[in-house]
Amino acid sequence: MSDAPSEAHGHDHPNHELSYYAKRIYAIRDLLLEKGVITEKDIQCQIEYQEARSPANGAKLVARAWVDPAFKARLINDPKRACAEMDIDAASINEFVVLENTQKVRHMVVCTLCSCYPRPILGRPPDWYKSLNYRQRAVNDPRGVMREFGLVPSDDVEVRVHDSTADIRYLVLPLRPEGSEGLDEEELAKLVTRDSMIGVTDALPAATLK
Amino acid sequence: MGRAVSSSSGKFKPGDRVRVRTDDRPGHIRTPWYIRGKTGWIERMYGEFLNPESLGHGGDGLPKRILYLVAFNQTDVWGATQAPRDKVLVDIYEHWLDPAA
Amino acid sequence: MARGHHDIGGLPGAGPIDQTEHQLSDWEILADAVNQALGARGVKRTDEMRRAREEMDSEVYRDLAYYERWIASIETILIEKKILTKEEIDRKLAEFETKWGEP
Repeated sequence: MSDAPSEAHGHDHPNHELSYYAKRIYAIRDLLLEKGVITEKDIQCQIEYQEARSPANGAKLVARAWVDPAFKARLINDPKRACAEMDIDAASINEFVVLENTQKVRHMVVCTLCSCYPRPILGRPPDWYKSLNYRQRAVNDPRGVMREFGLVPSDDVEVRVHDSTADIRYLVLPLRPEGSEGLDEEELAKLVTRDSMIGVTDALPAATLK
Repeated sequence: MGRAVSSSSGKFKPGDRVRVRTDDRPGHIRTPWYIRGKTGWIERMYGEFLNPESLGHGGDGLPKRILYLVAFNQTDVWGATQAPRDKVLVDIYEHWLDPAA
Repeated sequence: MARGHHDIGGLPGAGPIDQTEHQLSDWEILADAVNQALGARGVKRTDEMRRAREEMDSEVYRDLAYYERWIASIETILIEKKILTKEEIDRKLAEFETKWGEP
């Protein structure tokens, strides 16, 4: 937490070193509270909601899909229901689609127009996903982008880039790493990185855990 | 490839070839510039959604518009320098699509 | 009508992807939460926020940090909807400077 002074009612205020816009959000917040447009509880709930969301949720789904083919089928056919099965709250996603990677297909997800991302499943997007360079290059140079992240699909692999321009939110189901047969679900989840669920990398190799 | 999201009937079905319109209208548009005028095919119909072109300006988003997953060969979008198997897929509303040969 | 400054898929001249990540500052967490809270209360829609960013000055769009763009849009939308005025926000900021400004 910042070392800015706080009021008796407990929330922070900006210190003078913050940028113009940074200070403005505090002013806007205070005014909205004064006018009853939103409440302190509203804000706190949103902060807590966001903190509870992380790639660990997505990793749980993927690991379960790897070990349980029937679950995988349910995940692909009705992702929101599959999330509910695993107590992952995907209610605020309008529509959710899972893109399954195979030996012959790799998916990658971008929002060229802004930064749409499956936040309820993965939490906040990384800075790079929101960057102008990623938004520009993902659609016309996906292999170049993947290469930067260490993924080099061969020529006989089809790379499919999804530009999420509407209400559909996409999650990549990465390939189960070779040699991971002996691992349990919890260990498998550790191989599922956020970046592999965006599609710029594969999941970590099984050897990572040894 | 997953469940049909809605039973609304749209103008197009999976496999239909479509061309993205090149309308150049003002306002909040969610059809990216790079795909306008390009020809691809319908992968999937996602059903009806409130129209962002109306919502963006405080409208009610009605009437709802049918949304499709439209696939394009990268070579058709950017030219023959790209990997020939690769695809780019964009979620596009029906009113931005015309039938193509 | 020109291509919007946000509509950048496929534009040439992009460089390598900077993979460094930063921990969010308090003000960014607050911007995120206020945005979500306003949405949850039905005060504004995400579509309106996007449109506000699209209507920004292009130089400003490229120069601002991600959450600064959000804050600018939140302000634009709240003023448009006559929930707040620019003058009120300016006044509140001036209050901060008085109370918590430079020592």
